[in-house]
Amino acid sequence: MKRFIGFVKKEFYHIFRDRRSLFILFGMPVVQILLFGFAITNEINNVDIAILDHSKDANTQEIINKISASKYFSINQLISNEKEIEAVFKKGKVKAVLTFEKDFSKNLIKENKATVQIIADATDPNTANTISNYVNAILQNYQQGLNKNTQISFQIVSQTRMVYNPELKSVFMFVPGVMTIILMLVSAMMTSISITREKELGTMEILLVSPLKPIQVIVGKVVPYIFLSVINATVIILLGLFVFNMPVQGSMFLLGLESVLFIITALALGILISTISATQQTAMMISLMGLMLPVILLSGFIFPISSMPMPLQIISNIIPAKWFIIIIKGIMLKGVGLQYLWKETLILFGMTLFFIALSVKKYKIRLE
Amino acid sequence: MNNQNVIEAENLTKIFGDFTAVNAISFEVKRGEIFGFLGANGAGKTTAMKMLIGILNPTSGKANVAGFDVFSDANNIKKNIGYMSQKFALYDDLTIKENITFFGGIYGLTRARIKEKANTLIIELGLQEVSNQLVGSLPLGWKQKLAFSVSLIHDPKIVFLDEPTGGVDPITRRQFWEMIYKAANKGTTVFVTTHYMDEAEYCDRVSIMVNGKIEALNTPKKLKEQYKVKTMNDVFLKLARG
Repeated sequence: MKRFIGFVKKEFYHIFRDRRSLFILFGMPVVQILLFGFAITNEINNVDIAILDHSKDANTQEIINKISASKYFSINQLISNEKEIEAVFKKGKVKAVLTFEKDFSKNLIKENKATVQIIADATDPNTANTISNYVNAILQNYQQGLNKNTQISFQIVSQTRMVYNPELKSVFMFVPGVMTIILMLVSAMMTSISITREKELGTMEILLVSPLKPIQVIVGKVVPYIFLSVINATVIILLGLFVFNMPVQGSMFLLGLESVLFIITALALGILISTISATQQTAMMISLMGLMLPVILLSGFIFPISSMPMPLQIISNIIPAKWFIIIIKGIMLKGVGLQYLWKETLILFGMTLFFIALSVKKYKIRLE
Repeated sequence: MNNQNVIEAENLTKIFGDFTAVNAISFEVKRGEIFGFLGANGAGKTTAMKMLIGILNPTSGKANVAGFDVFSDANNIKKNIGYMSQKFALYDDLTIKENITFFGGIYGLTRARIKEKANTLIIELGLQEVSNQLVGSLPLGWKQKLAFSVSLIHDPKIVFLDEPTGGVDPITRRQFWEMIYKAANKGTTVFVTTHYMDEAEYCDRVSIMVNGKIEALNTPKKLKEQYKVKTMNDVFLKLARG
């Protein structure tokens, strides 16, 4: 055990004396989360929409006012019949048309129910999706206002699906995603690089000739990164909490445990990469191409998995990050517990065991 | 095992796929001996050495190092040998003291012993002024000498040196060999591979490997007589060219 502690201590020296890795470790999470949070958002601003109001009553006017008052939309034109819808879309400026049914107020009072149709320009599916979510949120908000003063529950029905993001903030989607990327980057890339560095420098040979067991060498290399990754995860959650006011609805404890599980998955991947690459550069390339790209593109972090073509949807299942994002979104945004997330957790756990077994096997073959 | 021998190999063989890297080599190394292990690149030296230091399993044959069997007791071998490779093998981003402490630690030395060792070692090498500097800032020759001293930190019975003087200047090479002699005088067996034939002359006995086999094994003097040449260089050329 004393040997092991000495080893871990040495590993910390390596990390703290290398400015490059220090930056990746501690600068990157902060930069990324702020960048994603503030700059690269898929929030919409002043999107042009058109209104087709068949009813023209007090309620529809109030809703229209509410929409035009929000910073997300500006009402480009009011149209008077269905035929014009295609025409305004063709001009390209208007991204969505809102259609109020005939007798909107009457229906609302008589049947307590009225319908709005959101027609969105789906050439850009992401924006279309966001627009419909935002409109829905405004409608819901209006409906709540109506119901506050009365016993009757009025209902405004829209035809689009509601996606979970009640406060219309895209940063809530980015925090889990960035956390996943950072943990993957720190754990997998940094460990694979630090192990291959020992190989490249020839010190790995010295370590293998020493009485240290190979497993002690590997665990010793990995332990500091578990520690640092946990710190990173904490920093990201704190940034989310205090800079972006993102709530964590579910259990912090469960969030921590799931994060540690994912960190171990990533570490196992890092070890696996180090067994198949001889130089630091190779390890870095494999980590970036083989891990980062899928995490960014296929995990559901930026592009919704449901809108991917079938083959990609199937491939996304083998990406650990996908399951981790589902888990932390569940805990952070929906506040659900293990009873809803046990399946994803089990999948992640299985993957971790698989990667560990595979890298142990590879490691042994390499020693031969 | 003969009491005098610290390494005994008998028909030691390593086959990779259909390539025989080491072909049934047999030899002994005596306690306190400086044993030169020569051969052209690709002759099988490194493979043979890896089997002896317990990081590569032999395909067949027998070998005993420091009293332990290479097949069944590699862990005990590791505790009793030191190793220094052709690639410089200390950590550039640790200081001299930290390197000594680290390697002393992985060989299980107590803290007090490490401190004592570090002090004598630093004084012997004349590194007092720089002991808290990063090893990366030292000239190569100093690094090699330091690496050799570190490989002896746990007082091993045998020290394996894989081309230890590659790339250093003649003066440093000379000093390095003085250190090797000093270690041998204290009873440490030195097993050394080299490409420098003048170094081969310094060895007590020399073996020359060609294509996986040991083609010659004797004292430098006797080898020169046997092949009727004046230098080890000529012996090597005669054998390696076939």
